[in-house]
Amino acid sequence: MPWTKVAVDNAVKNLAFPSLDKNKRTLEFRQALREASFQAFKRDPRVFLMGEGVDDPGGVFGSTLNLHKDFPGRVMDTPISENGLTGFCVGAAVCGMRPILVHMRMDFMLLSFDQILNHAAKICYMSSGRVAVPMVIRSIIGRGWGSSAQHSQALHALFLHMPGIKVVMPSSAYDAKGLLLASIADNNPVIFIEHRWLYDIKDYVPAKEYLIPIGKGFIRKAGKDVTIVAVSLMVQEAMKAAEKLKREDIDIEIIDPRSLNPFDEEIVIESVKKTGRLVFADLGWASGGIGEILLGRMHNKLRPYLKSDVQVISLADTPTPSSPVLEKEFYLDSEDIIKAVKRIL
Amino acid sequence: MAGKIKNSDLLNVYFIMQKIRLFEERIVMLYPEQEIKTPVHLCIGQEAIASSVCYYLKKEDIVFSNHRSHGHCIAKGLELQSIMAELYGKDTGCCSGKGGSMHLVSPERGIFATSAIVGGGIPLATGAALSLKLKKTKNIAVVFFGDGAVEQGVFYESLNFAALKKLPILFVCENNFYATNSPLSARQPLDNIYKRGEAFGIKGVRCDGNDAISMIDKASKLIKKIRHGSGPFILECRTYRWKAHVGPDCDFDKGCRPLVELESWMKRCPVKRIENYILKNKIATREKLNIIRSKIEEEIDSAVRFAKNSDFPNSKDLYSNVYYTESSCPGQK
Repeated sequence: MPWTKVAVDNAVKNLAFPSLDKNKRTLEFRQALREASFQAFKRDPRVFLMGEGVDDPGGVFGSTLNLHKDFPGRVMDTPISENGLTGFCVGAAVCGMRPILVHMRMDFMLLSFDQILNHAAKICYMSSGRVAVPMVIRSIIGRGWGSSAQHSQALHALFLHMPGIKVVMPSSAYDAKGLLLASIADNNPVIFIEHRWLYDIKDYVPAKEYLIPIGKGFIRKAGKDVTIVAVSLMVQEAMKAAEKLKREDIDIEIIDPRSLNPFDEEIVIESVKKTGRLVFADLGWASGGIGEILLGRMHNKLRPYLKSDVQVISLADTPTPSSPVLEKEFYLDSEDIIKAVKRIL
Repeated sequence: MAGKIKNSDLLNVYFIMQKIRLFEERIVMLYPEQEIKTPVHLCIGQEAIASSVCYYLKKEDIVFSNHRSHGHCIAKGLELQSIMAELYGKDTGCCSGKGGSMHLVSPERGIFATSAIVGGGIPLATGAALSLKLKKTKNIAVVFFGDGAVEQGVFYESLNFAALKKLPILFVCENNFYATNSPLSARQPLDNIYKRGEAFGIKGVRCDGNDAISMIDKASKLIKKIRHGSGPFILECRTYRWKAHVGPDCDFDKGCRPLVELESWMKRCPVKRIENYILKNKIATREKLNIIRSKIEEEIDSAVRFAKNSDFPNSKDLYSNVYYTESSCPGQK
């Protein structure tokens, strides 16, 4: 098995974030994704990639750029048939391939829920573990410039309702590479959710292959006053909030769960034992969002340690608007995190 | 007509058809005992299609079926006891009691998943065909679906892609003229399923799905072409199910379908038809066919015994297999 040779990475614990140490090799998030794909293609002939425009001059914002030239025949531009494409990947996966399907916008995945939920998520169980579905669905959350209601949705919480799939959300270039390799190596369907605004961030990315275990959270910043559980782009906002709060002598701890299913409850509980205060910083809607889902699940375990109400930062229950004025009202940033922290201190 | 078809092939296909027929008739007998606690979608009346098509498939060829899958799985070689035990919800079933009648699998025989979402298996088979092409094998994929499935968008998405990539796949539509209780005429403007691939450059063939000899002729030719790189074909087989959409009963008394329609199709019974041909052309004697039949009955008896005597899964098995935990996957060669 090609993937058992790739060491599971533990070095991440010592990672500064974001690391711009000149002595260390840095890559942009997009380059980290491309490098992971390139190395997976090299390592495993069963890996292939398909999606709308994956071989065009943009190369999915750079993340698949010219990969089709390195691996002819294994990087496929596709018809606009999201449900069909997802089914093709499931069908190829059960026959022993390891497909990567790419959606430039997460919104387009909604066309493929039959294949994700009725097929990809169920085949292993329905067959009592006789058949596996090793596939990755990459999708990108858009934001800004009036992207509006159908090109900006953060739908990660929807997938938390579905047993049988894994949900991964990297927030750094280092994680993008290690988690994408781990997702390709995983023998289950993995929904790999990226945020468009993370594509330009740059941090330490080792040249070698490494797998970050799916289901292990990471403390982005240690602190003693309030625990912030932030996902994807909100990790960046939480880091900004931490800088500002430091000036007021408020020391927040930032936990990046890195995957929402499986979810590392332990790392959150351990942190809350220390801080007694908890804020969820989500980038999806409030209703049925990760605040509700994860807090509902962990409440009993957290309650003995909580010194105040739990705060959930999440989007208003409206579709995404277009006008910059409305967008500004809609989206959340470090200031919202700061306000939430101050409400419970 | 059957001039070029070898007698041994005819007898073999007859054997599979009879096996499917008798297996499902046994389900009809046993169902009132209420020990088979899974919805059964019987294919009695449609046996010639699965039997003829699968007869020309190799073990490594891949088949995707649908909610009405017993016939396809038997024809692809899945053991009766493994299916029967699954119907009884037993641990020894092909899905260890987690799939039931509608999700039979046998990875070692190229049945990697069976979907009960109408049309759901069509893109899976298309993806399987893509994998066969990427692996540069000579194997093919076959998908069986009903006339309702061609109303799904994903059918056309799959035709488009299969034609675009020239995939080794045979789309077999078992047109029994009903989707549950809705007749074809209420659902589609034209009765022309075999032509639905024309816009994509996929040729279609229509045939009498109750005539095994014609089915053998058409299926063997199409499969040979696909194996040699022709790309996809559609095979529309016109047939009729004798039982209700689901369950062991007939449905004409409930007013679901006219009795005269059922009777006219029963006169065209596919099993009788090939049997008569075999006898008339002295390919085998009545005695020999009786021996075949009793051998099958014995196999079914033993499958039922096996199923009834097998253990149920442990109730804690509920929680296993949500995720695949082994480091290597079946089928990953």
